[in-house]
Amino acid sequence: MTDIKITIIDRQGVKHEVDAPTDMNMNLMEIVRTFELAPEGTIGICGGMAMCASCQCYVLSEHELPEMSYDEDLMLAEAFNVKDNSRLGCQIFIKEELDGLKIELAPEV
Amino acid sequence: MIKTDILIIGAGPTGLFAVFEAGLLKLRCHLIDALPQPGGQCSEIYPKKPIYDIPAFPEILAGDLVKNLMKQIEPFEPGFTLGERAETIKKLEDGSFIVTTEKGTKHHAKIVAIAGGLGSFEPRKPTISNIAAFEDKGVEYIIRDPEIYRNKNVIISGGGDSALDWSIFLTDIAKSVSLIHRRNEFRGALDSVEKVQELKNLAKIEMITPAEVIGLVGENKLEEVTIKRGAEVFNKECDHFIPLFGLAPKLGPIADWGLEIEKNAIKVDNSLDYQTNIPGIYAIGDVNTYPGKLKLILCGFHEATLMCQSAFQRIFPEKRYVMKYTTVGGVEGFDGSKKEAPKAVIKSID
Repeated sequence: MTDIKITIIDRQGVKHEVDAPTDMNMNLMEIVRTFELAPEGTIGICGGMAMCASCQCYVLSEHELPEMSYDEDLMLAEAFNVKDNSRLGCQIFIKEELDGLKIELAPEV
Repeated sequence: MIKTDILIIGAGPTGLFAVFEAGLLKLRCHLIDALPQPGGQCSEIYPKKPIYDIPAFPEILAGDLVKNLMKQIEPFEPGFTLGERAETIKKLEDGSFIVTTEKGTKHHAKIVAIAGGLGSFEPRKPTISNIAAFEDKGVEYIIRDPEIYRNKNVIISGGGDSALDWSIFLTDIAKSVSLIHRRNEFRGALDSVEKVQELKNLAKIEMITPAEVIGLVGENKLEEVTIKRGAEVFNKECDHFIPLFGLAPKLGPIADWGLEIEKNAIKVDNSLDYQTNIPGIYAIGDVNTYPGKLKLILCGFHEATLMCQSAFQRIFPEKRYVMKYTTVGGVEGFDGSKKEAPKAVIKSID
């Protein structure tokens, strides 16, 4: 299996189901950009270094996600609209175990 | 009025390298940037991060890349208008342009090259409901003049380098400095964190962690902030509240210059010279778009080089010119400096 299904709710509340490849070393922020679910320049500003929080998302499904790194944790500590289920999309890499993942993009700030 | 040949909007790596390529063609450049220092994202967001895809640099820190570019363009004496955002553009009858910043600084140039990256960096404002009412009445998102804090009670919020650095700096000026952060840990540079620890031990900085400001109180100006620390909510008197939560780029006023915009980027002619739909205005680096566009520093360098050749032809349509290799022609600075390859030593074999 090389693709998994991910449900992404964009910033307008529109739901998208996308096929995300597991063999491209892609992260969730890059998936959102690939499928153009957020305007260019409003997501992944730092390129994926956990340094800007523009890819913050809320994880709505019960999947077990990779543990939060120190960088991600501290970046989220400075982000806005943070909830208990907030993560940085750029730190979540697409793997088979994430099939069926459901997330919502946090508002742009 | 500042006069130059090529006015470059954005002093990131692409804008800086354009100065070098223009200099080889004896064209002078001036750069405008909303940030107070050159380097764009490389300086503002990730100066300590390594970059691995700059040709001939197996690894270079973003901050060092900027430092090297500044050194490389030094002979061409670029001018800088820093800490100001390019606001309006006016095309004159002779085809040249006047670009004015939000502070009213005017620049006159034959060519405008927009190298604005993702846009000008604007502060990220915390989501406190009545914060807008206190802007410039005690709430500032950027420290422009530290003197206004002299003998004042200042509260800073944030966990990155700017929150730490300004807390340290203001201890010598302000009456009191408090630093509020949602965590006990800080993201900033280790030596800054250690310095803040030291100042805390000396009771020069009051640390309020893990906590956040959730409300602002005042009649005509800020008088108190409401702080939430765990379950505890309390008010603290202050004259200034400075939330430093980093900066986010916004395309801003450039979007209204009549340029063709697609997906938050400026459309250019990539088959020729990266010119926009307005002749004389070019867009290079991350700010432009064309089929197959890649937002890479190395692509920005290439685009800057071609842009300068086209700008030269536009300024001097009658001049004939052939590109010279720096190895052959050397680099002749406007400052009188000259770098060139040393002459070979001739030695005969007996």
